[in-house]
Amino acid sequence: MDWEFKKGVPIYIQIIEKIEFDLLSGKYKVGEKLPSVRELAMEANVNPNTMQKAFSEMERMELIFTERTSGRYVTTDQTKIDALKKELSKKYVDEFFDTLHSLGFDDNEILNAVNTKCKGEE
Amino acid sequence: MSIFELRCLTKSYGKKVALNNVGLTLEAGRIVGLLGPNGSGKTTLIKLANGLLRQTEGMIFIDGKEPSTETKSIVSYLPDKDFLPDWMTVKDIIAYYVDFYSDFDTERAKTMLGNLNIDENMRLGKMSKGTREKVRLILTMARRAKVYFLDEPIAGVDPAARDYILRTIISNYEPDALVVISTHLIADVENVLDEAVFLRNGEVILHKNVEELVEEQGKSLDGYFREVFAC
Repeated sequence: MDWEFKKGVPIYIQIIEKIEFDLLSGKYKVGEKLPSVRELAMEANVNPNTMQKAFSEMERMELIFTERTSGRYVTTDQTKIDALKKELSKKYVDEFFDTLHSLGFDDNEILNAVNTKCKGEE
Repeated sequence: MSIFELRCLTKSYGKKVALNNVGLTLEAGRIVGLLGPNGSGKTTLIKLANGLLRQTEGMIFIDGKEPSTETKSIVSYLPDKDFLPDWMTVKDIIAYYVDFYSDFDTERAKTMLGNLNIDENMRLGKMSKGTREKVRLILTMARRAKVYFLDEPIAGVDPAARDYILRTIISNYEPDALVVISTHLIADVENVLDEAVFLRNGEVILHKNVEELVEEQGKSLDGYFREVFAC
């Protein structure tokens, strides 16, 4: 439901990021059938060709696959999902460090802050 | 194959040149934004394509034919001005469209009206501006046409109605049809467009795939438009 797009980044890239997130967060499960291009395009209020492009790209990445007659499905290959999870966690950590570096923190200060946070939560 | 083609198209109103030597080729299966500030020639171009105006010079081809009765049977057109007679009911106007257009899908129109809870016995004159706008769009999109020309379909309605209108366009156009949407409200339409055509002072200054443009410029179509047309 919650489709929001940033300006200046191609929509199909943002769609891929959103669906990747949905795959990892369990909204779409391994081997599950995905809604059709038209349904998703309508939900997100984007051009069906754009949705199609995002799907083709994810097919190329082997995250989803097409059954000729029945539609599109999430990959059944758990290793693909695990690899994506790893890749995304690296991306978020990189972003986190980049942001804090630009605020003037060094690695040690960041690690200390992370440790404090973890202890605080226990 | 191109379904819509303009060759060296010029239209003058007396001394005022509204379109100047415009060349443009559009393919089927695309949603194209005809974008430009007020007075840039958008409506003139659409009226010429629908045979409501006659060009001063140049050629127009729709599915290989010049605008005529024949092309009107495959072109669904939403004018920028309200044209519905107040005294008709929704039922009347549907019957009217069925009489005129063999590609009109009554079931589809009724489903869309039903989704909006619009009573078919209601007179058009009794409707709010926003509701009339939606009825006009429903009538236009209920045709199984090859080309749709939508002249300012979202001007003058609230943001929720805009979303409804865009969703209706996306979910109802024939996948192998061409949809041309003219507007100056770029931010609202940019996520549904395949291609953008920028018009300025009657000339096409840009015709490009929207995704490529966004990728190249690193900004939204709206942001780029504001830059190009900065006053």
